[in-house]
Amino acid sequence: MRNPQLNKHGELQHLLTLDGLPRGIITQILDTAAPFTEVAEREVKKLPLLRGKSVFNLFFENSTRTRTTFEIAAKRLSADVINLNVSTSSTKKGETLLDTVDNLCAMQADMFVVRHESSGAPYLIAQHLENTGRDHIHVVNAGDGRHAHPTQGLLDMYTIRHYKKEFHNLTVAIVGDVLHSRVARSQIAALTTLGVPEVRVIGPKTLLPTEVEKMGVRVFHSMEEGLKGVDVVMMLRLQNERMNGALLPSPQEFFKVWGLTAEKLALAKPDAIVMHPGPMNRGVEIDSAVADGGQAVILPQVTFGIAVRMAVMSMLGSH
Amino acid sequence: MQLPEAEQLIGALAESMRPHVSPATCLVGIHTGGVWLAERLHALLGLSQPLGSIDVSFYRDDYAAKGLHPQPQGSKIPFDVEGTHIVIVDDVLYTGRTTRAALNELFDYGRPSRVDLAVLIDRGGRELPIAASFCALTLPEPLPTGQNLQLERDDSGALTMRLIHA
Repeated sequence: MRNPQLNKHGELQHLLTLDGLPRGIITQILDTAAPFTEVAEREVKKLPLLRGKSVFNLFFENSTRTRTTFEIAAKRLSADVINLNVSTSSTKKGETLLDTVDNLCAMQADMFVVRHESSGAPYLIAQHLENTGRDHIHVVNAGDGRHAHPTQGLLDMYTIRHYKKEFHNLTVAIVGDVLHSRVARSQIAALTTLGVPEVRVIGPKTLLPTEVEKMGVRVFHSMEEGLKGVDVVMMLRLQNERMNGALLPSPQEFFKVWGLTAEKLALAKPDAIVMHPGPMNRGVEIDSAVADGGQAVILPQVTFGIAVRMAVMSMLGSH
Repeated sequence: MQLPEAEQLIGALAESMRPHVSPATCLVGIHTGGVWLAERLHALLGLSQPLGSIDVSFYRDDYAAKGLHPQPQGSKIPFDVEGTHIVIVDDVLYTGRTTRAALNELFDYGRPSRVDLAVLIDRGGRELPIAASFCALTLPEPLPTGQNLQLERDDSGALTMRLIHA
C-alpha cells in the first residue's frame, strides 16, 4: 500500500504522522528548517513561498501555542491565514467534518492545518481530498486525539539535533504520561527512525500504554534508574483534561515520584538537555528550578517550532 | 567552444571593479559559484566588510513549478544593509531571474544606497531587464538553451569554468 502521506513521486503530500515517514523526508524537513530560523532576524520577516495561498487553521480542539506558531509560520511564508475555531461554530450546528472541509475548499483553501480530539480525523480529510481528486490541497496534522502530533515531534528532533548534532550516539528518556500523549508517540517514531540507539520511557504503569515495549523503547518505572546517563530528557505534560478515572493519586503525589527536580536531573549526563512540549505544569511534572535552569531548552523549542512548521508548509506547498 | 580561463577572468573582473568600490562596499555572493567568486574578489580588492551570501531558493519564481531545493543553504547578511553600497556577485548571468530573486531578498534586509551586479560571464538569453555593472566576458553569441556554464572549485581552491550539456 502506498504511504498516504506521499504522492506518486515520493514527495510529501500531507503530514499526518511520523510513524512510517521515511528517514529521508524527516531529514529533509530538518535541513529545510535550518535556514528558516534566520528569517526572524531580518527587517522583513517574510519569504514569498506561499504568496497567494490560503492556509486554514482548522482547530476542533483548543490550542493557543500550536495554532499561533502555525499562524506565524504561514504568515512568514506570505500565506493568507484563516483561523477557525470549529469547536464554537458550525459543527455545533450539526455540520459534519467533511461538509465543513468541502465548504472551505469552495473558498479556495490550499492547505488545512487540523487539530481534532479524535484520532484519525486528519486522515479522513486527506482521504476525502484524494477521493475527490483535490490533490493540490494539503493537510497538516496539528494533533489528533492520542494518536500523533507530528510537527511537535519534528521540532523536538530539530532541537535535539541543534544541541547534540547527531542522533546515533544518544540515550533519550521520555518521562511522564505517555498513555495520553500524542506527543510521545510522535517522538518515539521520529527518534527510532533517526537511529537513536536507546529510547527510554519512564512513568507509572498506569500512565504507560500496554505493550509500549513494542514501539522499540526501554521501559523504566523509576526516575532514578531511567534518568541515569541520558543525554536528553523529554518531559511530557500531565494531561489533566484527558484523565478519566483514578489513574493518579494527586498532582502533589505525582510530583514527589515523577516530577523532574534538579536532584533527579543530576543523574543524567552533566550536559543533558531538558525539553517540554508545553504548556508546563510547574510543580507537577517539572520543578520551576529545572524549567528555568541552564539545561532547559523549552523556549528554543518554541522558536524552532516556527521554522520547522515553515519547512513543512513550504515543502507541501511546492507541488 | 574554447572555455575561458576562470582565474584570468577573476583578475580582470577585480580590476574593473576597483575604481568603483570603497572600504564600505559590501559583497554578496549568490550560492554556490557566486560565493566562491565573491571570496576571491573580496581578497583581491582588499575589502574589509564581512562577506554576505544569498541562497535564492526561497525567492525563486519557479518555486511552484520546480519545488523547493532539497538542501537550501540559507542566506547570511552579516552587515547592515540600510544605506550600504552592495555588489551582488554571481558566476554566470543568464535569464536574470536569479538576480531578480537576489534583489528581492536583499531588500527584505533593508534599503541599500546602491546595488551593483558583478559577473564573470554574461552568456546572453536575458528574460528580464537586468544588466551587469561589471562583467569580465560577454559571449559573442548567446549560449544555446540546454547548455550550462558553471564555476567549479577543486580541492586546492582553484576555480574553473565548466560547460555542461543537459
